[in-house]
Amino acid sequence: MKNVLLRPRISFFDMAGCEGCQLAILDCEDIFLELVDLVEIVEFREAMSETAPRFDIAFVEGSIHREIDADRLRDIRARSRWLVALGGCACHGNVQARANGWSPAENLQRVHGLDTVHRVQTDNRYWPLWAHTRVRALHEVVKVDYLLRGCPVDRDEFLHLVKRLLAGSRPGFAAQPVCVECRRHGHECVFLHGETCLGQVTWGGCGAVCIAGGYRCDGCRGLLPNANLASHRQLLRERGLDPKTIDQRYRLFLSGEITAQDAPDEQ
Amino acid sequence: MNSKDSTYSIILDHVTRIEGHGSVRVSVRDGRVEELTLAIVEAQRFFESFTRGMLAHEIPWIVGRICGICCVAHQMAASKAVEAALGLEVSRQSRLLRRLLNESQILQSHLLHVYFLAVPDYVGVPSVLPLARTHPDVVRRALRLKHLANEFTAVIGGRALHPMANTLRGWRRLPDLDALADIRRRLRAALPDFEATVDIARSLKIPDFERQTEYVSLRHPDEYALYDGQVYSSDTGELTPVSDYRHITNEFTVPWSTAKWARWHRESYMVGALARVNNNFDQLHPAAREAAETLGLEVPCHNPYMNNLAQVVEIVHCAHNSLAMLDQVLDQGLEQEDISYTPGPGQGVGAVEAPRGLLFHAYRLDDSGRCTEADAVIPTSQNVNNIERDMKAFAPRMVASMPRDQVRLHLEMLLRAYDPCISCSVHMLEVEFVQ
Repeated sequence: MKNVLLRPRISFFDMAGCEGCQLAILDCEDIFLELVDLVEIVEFREAMSETAPRFDIAFVEGSIHREIDADRLRDIRARSRWLVALGGCACHGNVQARANGWSPAENLQRVHGLDTVHRVQTDNRYWPLWAHTRVRALHEVVKVDYLLRGCPVDRDEFLHLVKRLLAGSRPGFAAQPVCVECRRHGHECVFLHGETCLGQVTWGGCGAVCIAGGYRCDGCRGLLPNANLASHRQLLRERGLDPKTIDQRYRLFLSGEITAQDAPDEQ
Repeated sequence: MNSKDSTYSIILDHVTRIEGHGSVRVSVRDGRVEELTLAIVEAQRFFESFTRGMLAHEIPWIVGRICGICCVAHQMAASKAVEAALGLEVSRQSRLLRRLLNESQILQSHLLHVYFLAVPDYVGVPSVLPLARTHPDVVRRALRLKHLANEFTAVIGGRALHPMANTLRGWRRLPDLDALADIRRRLRAALPDFEATVDIARSLKIPDFERQTEYVSLRHPDEYALYDGQVYSSDTGELTPVSDYRHITNEFTVPWSTAKWARWHRESYMVGALARVNNNFDQLHPAAREAAETLGLEVPCHNPYMNNLAQVVEIVHCAHNSLAMLDQVLDQGLEQEDISYTPGPGQGVGAVEAPRGLLFHAYRLDDSGRCTEADAVIPTSQNVNNIERDMKAFAPRMVASMPRDQVRLHLEMLLRAYDPCISCSVHMLEVEFVQ
């Protein structure tokens, strides 16, 4: 059944993150006024003071680092028809999931010192604000309807999603590697000039923007389903990367997605 | 006033229109402010911990993710720190491009803050959205200028957020000269919009609260210091090298909180646009000094609410100064330079002026060239002590002269005036316990 939405109520929330993905949405300046005619932005703490009890689409940026944030997320889920993970941290933990390489207490000790760790662990007045768990993507806590990938998100994908939901159809994002876009835009493959790249195993949709800017793909948009990591790993080995360096590369942006099976060389 | 009217508490949880999550709690008994706290409730993100293991050139690329609004400043402070650790040179061309990139981001950030986050308070609306109906010209201008500033950053850095074209020592892919010429043309054409921004700012009725404090910023002998310099204190009039940053920030813990607060020569200090304008006024572009005069901003200015106007002065400065730098780039052209380096051990400190103030990064690298230690001291964690002291100084006057909702509004406006960037707070988390 088609279910066309008349001026859906949309909202934005932030968990732990840089708030850059919300900013990327605010950066739709050229179409911002048309956009706010089509949708009703009812809650957006970073940009406005209004709040609302219920909404049609909730965009949530950032990853979940504490149980109080998980509770906030469950509350948002209960108030929204659709919930969209906005950006890499919400989708898979992004660079922040690197923190899971150590325990929360170790992380806290490095940033705040051992005294603080002791205080936090023994004085319950520090809970729940200080009670950090492992870094979780949104889907580890609640049902997520759609993912807007990338660090930061791509505004065209954001607009595609909003338009599709407005029209009562399902947004769709092709499971294609970044390489497809490199070819489409005519970028020379970075392997040809001695660099290495994660584009072969990474969700495209970014327009290969980092390769266009003279860099490589580090995988911020997450691993493709059925990405063949074993053969990608072999490719990187052939380019002279040692196993440890390869693991470090994957773990820059993809710590939340790489499992022990994917990284057999890690000690 | 009966005791019902004069005993109340104000709780501003998750204050809106600021970057990140912060709360203000005030309790008033019999017309007296009994308790006031500024709590930072943001989750820890542990950047300083998980930077370990990264290669030198990966550090600026990843730590830029500390903040979506000032990613350029974080990238640059980190680049400078790593370059200091490895003893790497930065060419004149790269320095010029970095200054352009930095000023483009200051434009973006200040425009966002002034038009979208601060102005609604002064007009008496909850956000910029109602203004789209009542003041469409103003909103269109705001969007136009913001769009231009974003594209400016994108032309120099490859994209507006988390740019990738710049790295250690210089540029992986140089900006396109035609695109730069187009930005110059559009910046020139936007000068009337910048002037109109000054006119709007002049019409804002800035609350009249003053408290002297120490103003801290970079200072450079030849330019209005945004990209580099030494650290200047308005209290001593002396310069301190960036590498001594730990003696500047003196981060300390207060008994009732594990926050790392900062203080230098007195109980607290302020960084940011007002500190820079106060400290380096004479080096501003003449058009910016003129804007300051139009706005009634006389230095030294001790009213923290005036930080919004200082941001407008810097908007004018960055617009004119960027035009001059673009002239220079377009006159001399750009040349692809060798930006290779040999990885190795070392330690170094780097600082830049982020839109919100002085930002320090420091790293240690091991023999394999991987990061073993990281530290970042961000503007907001230096300011938070000063913000709370302002609030404690002003709240009794507010409570004595204003109804409750106005006290509430003025406290929120004060927090917003500092343009706090709480997501940046890799380093602070303050908790106050109401007993």
